[in-house]
This record gives sequence, C-alpha cells and structure tokens, in this order.
Amino acid sequence: MFSLEHLVDLPLIWYGLILTAVLLYIVLDGFDLGVGVLFPFAPSETCRNRMMNSIAPFWDGNETWLILGGGGLFAAFPLAYAILMPALYVPVIVMLLGLIFRGVAFEFRFKAPEGKRGLWDTAFHFGSLVAAFMQGTIIGAVVQGVPVEGRSFVGGAFDWLNGYSVMTGVALVFGYGLLGATWLVMKTEEQTQAWARRAAAYVLGWVAVFLAIVSVSMPFINPDIRALWWTIPNLFYLAPIPAASLVFILLIWNDLNSEREVRPFLCSIGIFLTAYLGLGISLYPYAVPYEVSFRQAAAAAPSQSLLLVGTVILLPIILAYTAYCYFVFRGKASHESGY
Amino acid sequence: MFEAFDALLLARIQFAFTVSFHIVFPAFTIGLASWLAVLEWRWLRTGNPVYAEVYRMWVKIFAVTFGMGVVSGVVLSFQFGTNWSVFADRGGNVLGPLLGYEVLTAFFLEASFLGIMLFGWNRVSRGMHFAATVIVALGTLVSAFWILSANSWMQTPAGFRVGEDGLLHPTSWLAVIFNPSFPYRFVHMVTAAYLTTAFTVAGIGAGYLYRGRHEKHARVMLGMAMIMAVFVAPLQLVFGDLHGLNTLEHQPVKVSAMEGLWETQRGAPLVLFGWPDETREQTLYSLEIPKLSSLILTHDWNGEVKGLKAWPRTERPPVAWVFWPFRIMVGLGLLMIATGAAAAILYFRGRLFDSRAFQLWCMALTPTGFLAVLAGWFVTEVGRQPWIVYGVLRTAESTSPVTAAPIAVSLVAFLVVYTFVFGAGSYYILRLIGKGPQALEEPTYGDHGLPQPPLVTGAA
Repeated sequence: MFSLEHLVDLPLIWYGLILTAVLLYIVLDGFDLGVGVLFPFAPSETCRNRMMNSIAPFWDGNETWLILGGGGLFAAFPLAYAILMPALYVPVIVMLLGLIFRGVAFEFRFKAPEGKRGLWDTAFHFGSLVAAFMQGTIIGAVVQGVPVEGRSFVGGAFDWLNGYSVMTGVALVFGYGLLGATWLVMKTEEQTQAWARRAAAYVLGWVAVFLAIVSVSMPFINPDIRALWWTIPNLFYLAPIPAASLVFILLIWNDLNSEREVRPFLCSIGIFLTAYLGLGISLYPYAVPYEVSFRQAAAAAPSQSLLLVGTVILLPIILAYTAYCYFVFRGKASHESGY
Repeated sequence: MFEAFDALLLARIQFAFTVSFHIVFPAFTIGLASWLAVLEWRWLRTGNPVYAEVYRMWVKIFAVTFGMGVVSGVVLSFQFGTNWSVFADRGGNVLGPLLGYEVLTAFFLEASFLGIMLFGWNRVSRGMHFAATVIVALGTLVSAFWILSANSWMQTPAGFRVGEDGLLHPTSWLAVIFNPSFPYRFVHMVTAAYLTTAFTVAGIGAGYLYRGRHEKHARVMLGMAMIMAVFVAPLQLVFGDLHGLNTLEHQPVKVSAMEGLWETQRGAPLVLFGWPDETREQTLYSLEIPKLSSLILTHDWNGEVKGLKAWPRTERPPVAWVFWPFRIMVGLGLLMIATGAAAAILYFRGRLFDSRAFQLWCMALTPTGFLAVLAGWFVTEVGRQPWIVYGVLRTAESTSPVTAAPIAVSLVAFLVVYTFVFGAGSYYILRLIGKGPQALEEPTYGDHGLPQPPLVTGAA
C-alpha cells in the first residue's frame, strides 16, 4: 500500500494544512460575511449594489474553503470530525442555515424586481450575521474543551452555549465586520468608500476591545495555556504576537484617516493572522481540545498519503487560478447588475 | 415532547430530505453546464447571435440552480459528522480522501470559473470565457466522478480490510475508487443528468413555440434537446439494464425488492404492478408477465431468480420504497424513449417544430428527468438498507450521539427553510423563463466596465 509515512511526518503536515485551510476560510469568507454584516447600515441602495457586486464573483470560491476545512478534517482527522460535529450539532446546523440564506441572496436579489429586493437584503444580512456569530461561538466552545469518552462526544446538545462562547461569537461578528469594511475601502470609491472608512473605524474599536478580552481570558481557561504564555522566557518569545496585533490596529487607524485604500485590508488580515497564531499556539497539539491530539485523531497513513499527493499538486494550481479570478475582477466594483 | 421520536429515524429522514433536495440541482446543472459549453462553441463557430442569446438566458438559470446546489451541498458535507459520526469515524480512512479529492479537483474549479462565466462576459476574451464555461462543465463531471465513486463504494465496498480497531483501512485505492458498481452508477447518473436537462429545455422550448414566442431560440432548444432524446434515451435503457445486472451480482436482495419477488424460483415472472405486503410476504393483486423476470435478469427463460424470503427479515430493505420508485423510474424512461421516437418521425415529416400536440406533450414532460432521478436514487439508497456500508456497517450502528430533540428541531428547520428558499428559487427561474432570451446588447459599451448611456439601454 502506497504510503509516505516513512518519508514525512504525515499527521503534522496535515495538522498544518487543515489549520491553513481554516485560516484561509476565515479570512476569505470573513470579508464577504463582513460585507453582509454591514449591509443594512450602508447609506444608499447604490452603495448596497456596489457592496454586493464587490463580492458576488468571489463568495462561492471563498465558501469552498469551508468545505475543504470540513471535508479535509473528515479525510485527515476523521476522529476529530466524528467528535466535534455531534458536539457542535446545533451551532453547525444554524450556521449552515445562515449560509443558505446568505448564498442564495446573491442570485435572488438581482433576479427580484427592483423595490422587492428588501426580502433578500434581509436574508443576506441576517444570514451573514448568524453564520459569523455561530462560527465565533464554535471557536469559543472548542477552546473551552469538549467532553469525550472512548471515541465519541459525551456531552449535551447545548454544552457549547455559555457566556464565553457568546462573547467570542460577538467578537467574530466585529472581526468579520472589520475585514468587510476594509475590503470595501479597497474595492469601492466615492460615497461608499467614505462610509466604509467610518464603518471600519467604528468596528476597529470593538475589535481591539474583544482582542484584549480574549487575550487576557484565554490563559484562565486551561492551566497548560497559562503555563505556556505566562512563564519566562516564553513570555518574551510570544510577546511579538500581541505586539504585532497592536501595530496592525494602529496602522489601520492611521490609514483610515488618510488616502490609503489597500493597506487597511491587509492589516485587518494581519490582525486575524496574529489572533489565529496565538490561538493555534495555545491549542497545540490538540485536534479536539484537551482530549484528543492531532496524532491520535489522524487517519491511517495510506489515506493521509493519497490525499497529500493530490494536495501538493492541486493546491498551488487552485491558489493560482483563485488569484487569476481576483485579478480578472480587480478594480472598483460597479453598482450595475453584473450580468 | 420528542421522546416519542426515534433519533435514528429522524436522522435518516433528515438525510433523505436534504440529499433528495440537493440532488435535484446537480442533476440539472451537470447537463446544463455541458449544454452551455456546446451553445457557446456553436456561437463562436457560427457567429449566429441566437446561440449567444440562448446561452445568456440559460446561464442565468444555471446560476440560480448552481447557487442552490452549492448551499444545499455544503449542508451534506457536514451532516456526515453531525448525524453519522460513527460512520465518519469508521469509514473515514477510505471515504475521506475521495471527498477530499472532490473538493480539490472539482469544487474550487467550478466555484472560481463560475465567477468568470457569469460576470466575466466583458472582462475576458471570448476564448477565455469559453474556456471558463468548459472548465465549469468539466468540474461538474469530475465532481460527479468522486461523489459517485464514494457512494458506489458504500454500495459495493472493495479494496479495504477491517482493522483490529474496528476501523476500515484501505488496501488498494484503485479497487476502492473503481469499485464494482461505480462504472455503471457513474454512466447511468451522468446520462440521467443529461436527459433531465434535455427534457427541461425541451419543455421550455416547446412552450415558447406553442405561444409563438422566441421562435428562433425555441427551435435551438427543442431541436438540440430532441437530439438527446432520440440517441441518448434508448442508450440509458441499456445502461440501466447493465447497472441492474451489476446490482443482481452484488446486491441481489435489492433486485428482489425491485421486482417484488418473494419466492426463489425458476422462470420467475415480471411483476408489472402489485402491492408488496411485507407482513404477508407476498405481492398482492400482481399483474405479471410469465418468465420475463428470469429472461431479463439471467438471459434465460428458466433461470433461477432469488426471492426476498431467501434473506432473513432483518437483511431486507423496505420493499414498497424500492418497488414503486423503480416502476416510476422505468416508466418515465420509457416515456422519454417514446418522445425521442416521436421526435424522429416528426422530423422526417418536417413537422418537428409545428406539431402543437407534440409541443404540449413536451411541456407535460418537462419535470420527468427530475422525477426519474429521484425515483432512481430511492431505489438504490433504500434498496441497500439496512446497511450504510453494504455488508460491513449497519445504518443503525452509525448514528451520532445526538438525542432526538435537536434532530427533530433541525429537521423542521430544514423543511421550512428549504421550502421557502428553494420555492423562491423556483419562482425566479420561472420568471427568467417567462422573460425568455433577450437580444444581445451593443457590445461597444460595457467592454471596459463603463456604465451604459441611458439612450442605448433605454432602461437606466
């Protein structure tokens, strides 16, 4: 049986790949979910058309990273998938329902007669909002740990719901809002852009507050995380991560009050990168926090090997044509119906 | 309040509902994508704007359908875990990579180039736009390849062993991917998707002709669709028969349920209609043709065909849920073949586009493909019960540790949301059909994304 296990550390590579896919999902779908979160607050119908057009060619590709994250977890770490999905039954289903409303709104909105688009505007906004909030609660629930016995989840249907997970849910809504607003600064002009700058500045404050809350609270969740972050010399090695976050926040604040259009978006991605890195370092080496490590959850070596070959060949190609699509639809979004 | 419900039954109903809803969309988009590629190719070759106008009408319908297919498909990729976690855990080593390859080779391709196909008309060259259409069409076929391989492996598992840990481990990937029922299922399903599209397009084209609207476009629609009906519908009968023989070899009890045969016998009759009664273990009021079942299944008038009683009750599928959908599928297939034959006759008499009776007939047959596809999946999916991985893992052993209450609530939520959302989608598709193909705008404006002057469009 074909296997690469003697050549490379398969579980570790897959751990990295799945985490990367999830990160790409968070950043890419994050900005279009964020646009949905901000949608009803836009000053005019023309603005809303532009906002929608700025993401319409991309949302489907962006959402595919979620399928890769979910499908990849199933393929590379089936045990983690089999434990986490039942544990997160309710938030996952609600998130999916939100994504349904968000996804169909793109098509339906422009098919509906003008003046009757309100229904799909509402579906787009609340679908995005609910999906973003549920993804945030999922993160909050997972970092608090999941009860496991044998090879399955043994908790209740609402174990995921508590004050902390609600807080992380709200935090991610603001986080996606920041990605969305800075995306709009980059992809729109005139009135829409001016409004997006104000929206980004407002959301940025909340993002800073929530980042601070999460950073301070994480070490209290688990003694290992506390030991990891709050000991010398780790504190010095890891200090650049929150410091980088702070720099990104200040840069965005500065750029929003200048003519810069692209750097706020890149810096928002930077904030997500640092937050994700901090989270990843805290949760390593778990696939199901505090119960199952990524090595225990790993699929058989031949299975991980087969998919790794495909990934090594196909992922660069996927990234290349994804970049090509962003290139084709470069420049400012129009408010005309796209096709 | 939900204690009366059985978590397993609810999970099964939820999966059946969400997957049945989903399959309707790919069944349409697989064929539609290929047809759009053909239309665009004809346009580039002939320069005839009618092809481009037909393309532009159907690409909008494609977009709405594809969007609904995406969002209903994402749900499925998570349900393996949310509702069937034991199956995910035990089968993950084998099935995970197949689904992973589907995402890597098909989903990204479709999603990325769909954007160019829909919004890139004025942003890329004609050649590049055509390439995008072809890539999307290929993507739908590649996606079908992997998902049908995975489904077929669950029907006729091969190339694996059961480890000491109870997990399934692959031993040969070629045997897993090209498992015994896969080639038959793949050909049968892709052909079904093409026919589904053909009969939908035919019905709409016929509707335009009947009302005397968009005549040039309607001829393209009906004409191309009837080429499929004439040549492909009879082929599907052959593919279906071969698939049936493959099922007889690997899942004989499914075939017995399809046939409604209870007793093992030589010279078994073909039951045309009847009422399969599981408690009495017989098919009541049956209308039979003597010996025909033996002939079809064994190619011998007196060949032996096993009856359902050859298996204990716990190994049999629910018979009526296999027996009836099978008759619906075959009946609709025969109607399609008859339509193709009628079209050929009308064509040689030069009346294919004039016969009002034929136009009404085609309009009535618009949804036949969808119904046949759903019926066919009921046959094969219910027919493999009580197994989730045939002969290896029972459906009843595969469920997640989730209680009945959340599943009941999520099932109701899916029912409500799907009915509303996909009802609205169908409404918008009907509006697009009502609007029909539109003349191409002057290509001078908009080539560089410039807003169009109101005098030209008259609408802005």
